Amino acid sequence: MTREHFEVTIIRILRVAGLVFFIAIVAFPFYWMIVSSFKSLQEILLKPANLGIDIRKLDFSAYYEVLFRHGFFRYISNSLYVSIATVVFSVGLATLGGYAVTRLHFRGRGLMSYGILLIYMFPAIVLVIPLYVVFSRMGLRDSINLLILVYLAQTLPVALYMLRSYFKTLPMEMEHAGLVDGCSRIGVIWRIVIPLSAPALASVALYTFMIAWNEFLFAFMFLDTPEKFTLSRGIVQLAGSVHLSKQLVMAASVMVTIPILLLFFFFERLLVRGLTAGAMKG
Amino acid sequence: MTNSNHQSLSDREARLAFWMLAPAFVVVSAFVVFPVIWNLWLSLKPVSLADLRGGSLWKFNLTLENFHKVFSDPDFVAALVTTLIYTIAGSTLSVFLGMIAALLVHEEFPGRGLVRGLFISPYIAPVVAVAFTWSFILDPQLGVLNWVGVDSGLLAQPIPFLSQRWWNLDFMGVTVRVPLALTSVVLFEGWRYFPFAFLFILARLQAIPDELYQAASVDGASPFQRFWHITLPQIAGVLSILFLFRFIWTFNKFDDIFLLTRGQAGTEVLTIKVYDYAFGEFDIGASSAMAMVLFGVLSVFLLIYFRWIAKED
Repeated sequence: MTREHFEVTIIRILRVAGLVFFIAIVAFPFYWMIVSSFKSLQEILLKPANLGIDIRKLDFSAYYEVLFRHGFFRYISNSLYVSIATVVFSVGLATLGGYAVTRLHFRGRGLMSYGILLIYMFPAIVLVIPLYVVFSRMGLRDSINLLILVYLAQTLPVALYMLRSYFKTLPMEMEHAGLVDGCSRIGVIWRIVIPLSAPALASVALYTFMIAWNEFLFAFMFLDTPEKFTLSRGIVQLAGSVHLSKQLVMAASVMVTIPILLLFFFFERLLVRGLTAGAMKG
Repeated sequence: MTNSNHQSLSDREARLAFWMLAPAFVVVSAFVVFPVIWNLWLSLKPVSLADLRGGSLWKFNLTLENFHKVFSDPDFVAALVTTLIYTIAGSTLSVFLGMIAALLVHEEFPGRGLVRGLFISPYIAPVVAVAFTWSFILDPQLGVLNWVGVDSGLLAQPIPFLSQRWWNLDFMGVTVRVPLALTSVVLFEGWRYFPFAFLFILARLQAIPDELYQAASVDGASPFQRFWHITLPQIAGVLSILFLFRFIWTFNKFDDIFLLTRGQAGTEVLTIKVYDYAFGEFDIGASSAMAMVLFGVLSVFLLIYFRWIAKED
């Protein structure tokens, strides 16, 4: 057996072992979250070591309880509202801003591009206390619309950065033709730039949605009234109020996790592009 | 004549650019730039949580008292050390795991796309959901890990992974004291953020030209030698940038530790102190001062980063 052969064999074994290990470590928590959400409290308390689940005894009561007795029906719609609004405003404003930064000439353009990069490195924990103080004092803190503005500020720099780099790759000739034909700048953006940038806009939208949907710190600090809770905020509340009923917390966790993972698996390529551009944050 | 015409055209363009950028600029200034300045102001004033109802936030009573409190806090050094351990160990682990995962997925095999997607999911999933799932798994009373361990005889008794500061590990007659909860949150950090490194390293691996490997094979380099002399030098640059990024972000990370341990059992990092000053001691001034310290450290690292990028260019 040559050294080459020997090492190839070792690598093959290590690769299989490594893959099995990684798949187990990554998938198990998600598996456990889902399986536990279908168990009864009795099952959770009496058989904590039962790794499987009896398909005939699937228990949906955790979902029923969480949705209708703990207000999660409301939290889901709040989360959807916040995330969709953030996406719409973020994509809209970033399209306008990104276009201005790439195509229009004005003083301070270079500084603007640098500033975008710098600003999206600012950590949330440094921003949250001063914002908490200001909005508490103004009596505006406990508001879901304020939360949208916060998320917008968090996602806009990344969105601008991504769209700016994409717009740079678009050929100018079509835009010039549009301008010569009498389109306004806004007309050019609407009729030419947006259709050509559909994949980039989708990446930005997905990335923004993920940030808003998953956000915890600001929702936790800002929202006091249960009617206004987002899913993440609601789960923290739930986990603090039920001590043993882990199946409830797991059912709520499934509801917040599955939509975002499904979106990701359907649009993996688009989201990965957003992640690698915006991954510096998080 | 043409000159003034040109002038007005470029004026119009600048004005249009202004209006197109203004909304984004206002939102970002109000919610990112302004808070940093406002935070500096608050850190120089005696402000308590109660002052948010009455009292004046505008009074010009500046003092360095808050910074004095933060630095002379008996827990400050411990929190700084905890933060550094958490940051260095967590960043190293996540970049290392990311590299291993990228090497595993680099070559073609059936189901590769699915595995790649699976590997990214810890990073995509909401932090609240995965943090609570892990604390359920690790729970000493109801956690599956402890119960499987006890039932199979591997563990004499359940281990309180997230709620105990020290744990004595007996290994071949030697007892090692392990910082248990801190180790657990570092492992969580590695689990949750390895996909970040994974994505970038995988992209880098796929950009390494095949000729390099072929030439090395012809020269008789074995697979391990090829990894050591070709792959590793080729990804060294991306590994170090990833480490710097993870370092910056882990240093400022709050959510994960807050959700897992609330900063108890030897996991109190500086970001947790920001929260504890404000909502444990109701001292907004000290909380802001702590945040300013974090911000100062961040600025140093950003400077390093931008210097570095400038050099790379």
